[in-house]
Amino acid sequence: MNTVADRLKRAGSLEKNPRLSQWLRLDPGGTLSIFSGKVEIGQGILTALAQIAAEELGVAPERIRMVAADTSLSPDEGVTSGSLSIQDSGTALRRACAHARGLLLERAAERLGAPVAGLKVDDGIVSAAGRSTSYWECAVPDLFDRDVDEQVSTRSQADYRVVGTSGARRDLPDKIAGRPRFIQDMVLPGMLHGRVVRPPHGFAGIASLDDSRAKAIPGVVAIVRDGGFIGVLAEREETAIAAQRALRAAASWKGVAPLPTDIVAWLKDNAVDERVISEKSDPVAKTREGRTIAASYAKPYISHASIGPSCALAVLDGGKLNVWSHSQGIFNLRRDLSMALDMPEEMIVVRHAEGAGCYGHNGADDAALDAALLARAAGSRPVRLQWMREDEFCWAPSGPAMALELNASLDADGNVVAWQHELWSNGHSSRPGRSDTPALLASWHLAQPHERPSAINMPLPAGAADRNALPLYDFPNQRVVNHYVREMPVRTSALRSLGAYANVFAIESFMGELAHAAGADPIEFRLRHLRDPRGRAVLEAAARRSNWSGWTPREGRGHGVGFAKYKNLGAYCAVIAEVEVGHEVRVHRLTIAVDVGLVVNPDGVRNQIEGGAIQSASWTLKEQLKLGERGVATLGWEDYPILTFSEVPAVEIDLLDRPDLPSVGAGEAAQGPTAGAIANAVENALGVRVRELPLTSERIIAAIERQ
Amino acid sequence: MGEGGEVLGRHRRLASAGATTVTERFQLTVNGVESAVEADPDTPLLYALRNDLALLGTRFGCGSGQCGACFVLIDGHAAPACDTPLWAASGKRVTTVEGLGHSGKLHPLQEAFLAEQAAQCGYCTSGVLISAAALLAKNPRPSETEVRAALDRNLCRCGSHNRMVRAVLRAAAEA
Repeated sequence: MNTVADRLKRAGSLEKNPRLSQWLRLDPGGTLSIFSGKVEIGQGILTALAQIAAEELGVAPERIRMVAADTSLSPDEGVTSGSLSIQDSGTALRRACAHARGLLLERAAERLGAPVAGLKVDDGIVSAAGRSTSYWECAVPDLFDRDVDEQVSTRSQADYRVVGTSGARRDLPDKIAGRPRFIQDMVLPGMLHGRVVRPPHGFAGIASLDDSRAKAIPGVVAIVRDGGFIGVLAEREETAIAAQRALRAAASWKGVAPLPTDIVAWLKDNAVDERVISEKSDPVAKTREGRTIAASYAKPYISHASIGPSCALAVLDGGKLNVWSHSQGIFNLRRDLSMALDMPEEMIVVRHAEGAGCYGHNGADDAALDAALLARAAGSRPVRLQWMREDEFCWAPSGPAMALELNASLDADGNVVAWQHELWSNGHSSRPGRSDTPALLASWHLAQPHERPSAINMPLPAGAADRNALPLYDFPNQRVVNHYVREMPVRTSALRSLGAYANVFAIESFMGELAHAAGADPIEFRLRHLRDPRGRAVLEAAARRSNWSGWTPREGRGHGVGFAKYKNLGAYCAVIAEVEVGHEVRVHRLTIAVDVGLVVNPDGVRNQIEGGAIQSASWTLKEQLKLGERGVATLGWEDYPILTFSEVPAVEIDLLDRPDLPSVGAGEAAQGPTAGAIANAVENALGVRVRELPLTSERIIAAIERQ
Repeated sequence: MGEGGEVLGRHRRLASAGATTVTERFQLTVNGVESAVEADPDTPLLYALRNDLALLGTRFGCGSGQCGACFVLIDGHAAPACDTPLWAASGKRVTTVEGLGHSGKLHPLQEAFLAEQAAQCGYCTSGVLISAAALLAKNPRPSETEVRAALDRNLCRCGSHNRMVRAVLRAAAEA
C-alpha cells in the first residue's frame, strides 16, 4: 500500500474495502462466491454484478454465487441507493476479479510449466499445450489475502462475452415459481409473530392504554411496552393482528394535531434556510431581455407504497442479536440499532434478505428495530414482525412535498437570456447511519426517547431537494435557490430520484411554456439551448422513434417531451408522452431514449427504465398522500390509487449504445422526464397548463377555471 | 373537514375491541391435498396457507382484498386469501401458486413469465399468475384488453405491467 494520495484514487468501493478477500472466494465444488455490500431490491443488481464478475474471471455466470449482504461477511458499501451500485460495486468487483484472475493464472502457469501469456481460459479451466488445470486446483490458502492491485488490466470491451448480454435475472425462478424467497417468507424454528401499535398521528405520544383485553386473547404471549412503543407477540399471526387491533381500540393518544391543508403556503412559511446554489451572470445577454414569464409548480407528499409491507426477523442468541432486514444499508442499520438498543455493534449481526420492491428509504430499517425490541421480550425465541398496510402509509417516510417558482426572460428571437428557479422542500434523506441519534422510528417513542433526526439534503453536485435543480440547458443568466424546511408535518426521506422528480417536472414544464411563448417547437427549443452532445442525442432519438414531427393534432390528444441527465451526472433520458384527456388523463404511449454509458445488461436497463417511467406516470397522474386532522389520512389503497394494468401506457425504449463510456445507473433516470413529458402533453391536448401534481381531473378543471 | 370523520371511522375499523376465542377444526383442500387446520373460524385463509400449510407463495399485501398479492383460486375463481375466512374456504377447492403447475413442472404461465422476464421485485407475481390462470381457464385466447382487465384487481408497483401482459398473451398463444 502506498501513499494516502494513491489510496484516494481507489476505484468504487475499493476505497473502503481494499482487501481482495473481501470480494471473492473460491468454493470447493467449482463455484465462486462473490461478496457485494449492495443488495437486491427488485432492480436486478445481483444479476448485473454477477455478469461483471464472470466476465473478468472468465467463468460462466452459473458458477458465480452472489452472497447475500451480511455485516459479518460482506464489504461495507454503504447504502444501495442513488443508482450507484454499478459504479461502486461493479467497478470494485471488476478490479478485484481481474486481480484474482491474474493471481490464479500465475499459479496455473507454474503448474502447467507454461508462460502466463500462453494460457487459455475457458470457464475456469486453464490450458496450455494440451495440458489443463482449473482455478480450483490452483487455489491455495490466503491467495486472496492481499490488497486489490488496480494496476492489473481488466478485460477489453471488445472481448466481452457476458457483459452487454441480457442475462436472465437470478432471483426470478424462485419468485415466479412461488418458492420462499422474500424476507416475508422466512420461517425460523419456534418463531413468534409480532405487530406494533402506533399513534394515528405522526409524532403523538401515548396518553393511556388499558391492555387487559388484548392480553386476554388466547395465544398472546406478551404485550411489550416501552414508553410509547407498544407491540404484541403471539403464537399465531392472526392472533397478533387481533391483539394489535384491540390495543389500537384501547389506546388514547396525546399531541394529535391537524396537518397543514395548504402545503405550498406551509412550506414557504416554514423555510429556515435559503441557499443560492447556482448563479451565472452575463450582463451583455441581460440587455437583450424582453418578455418575462413566471410560473409556480407543486408536488405533494408521495408514498413508497410497495406491495409488500415492511418485515424483519430478530432473535437474541446468548446476548448476541441477529437481525434479518430488507434494509438498503445493513451496516448503517447496525450502527443505529446499536444506539437505539444501547448494545455494542459487535454484538449485532444484520443480514440482508430480499423484500418487496424498494424505491428508497422505506420502513425496512424501522421494522428491524421493531423486531429487535420485540425479540428482547421473547427470550431466545425468534420474532417475525410485519407492518400492516396502514402502518406503511402512515409511518414509512414519504417523498417530500415541494413548491417551486420559476421565471425566465426571452429575447426578441425567443431565446432564454435569464432563468431563475427557487424551490422549497423538506430534506430528502433521513436514513440510518448519518446522525448522532438513531434514525429509527421506535427509538423516538421509547420511555427514554432518542431525538428524532431531521431529514437533510446531501450537497451538490448530486444534491437532494436540489437534485437536478440546475438546468442542463445553457442559459447566460441563471440563479437557483434552495429553501430548506426543517419541520416535517409527515416524516420524509429518500424516494426514488429525490428532488429530481419535481425539479425536472418544473423545468421541463416551464421549458414547454417558454417554447410556447417563443412560438417554437418544444424539441427544437430545447436543442437550441443544449450543447451537451449526449443530451442532444437522446432528444433526437426519442423524437425520431416517436415520429414527433409527423404528429397529427386531434381533439383531446396531445404529445409532449421531457428531458434530463439524472443528477446532472448520470444517465441521459428523453421521454415523449402521448396522452388523451377526457374525464381523466390517459397516457397512451411513452417513447424513451436513454444513454447509460456501457450497458451491462440491456434487458435489465430496459426493465428499470420502463418501470421507472410507469411508476412516474402513476405519481404524476394519481398520487398524493392525504393529510387529515389526525395525521396521515391515507390508510389503504382506496385512499391511494396507483396506475392499474388497464391504465399503464405502452412503453418503447431506444437504448443508445455507448460501450466506450462508463456505466451509470438506470433506476432513477426516467422519473423526472416522464413527469415533464406528461404535463407538456396535457397542455398540448387542452391548451391549459396544469402546474400542480398530481394531474387529476380536479386539478385540470381548476386550471381551466383559472384561465 | 368531512374527511376527518370518515378517516376516524376507518381508524375505528382497523381497531376492533372484540376478539373471539373459539378455535375449530377445518378441512381444507389445497392443491388437491386435504389438510386439517385448527384455528378461529374468522382466521383469514392466508395465514392458514402460509403458517399452517407452509405454502408461502401466497403473500400478504393489504389485508382487505385490494391489491391481489394474496390471490388464490377458490373453486376456480381468483379470490383474496387475506379476506376469505376459513369457514368460507372449507369444503372448496383452493389452488395456490405452488399448485398451478403439474407433476413438478411449472404452469405454462410461469414458463412465459420467465421467458419474458416479467417481474421486477416479484412480490405481486403469485397473485398476478393466479388471476391470469383464472382468465385463461375461462378464456383461452384473450385479447390484450381482456388480459389487462382481468389483471386490474392486482396492483404492481414496479411497473412490470406490460411485461406481465406480454407473458400472459405468450402463454395463451403457446397453449
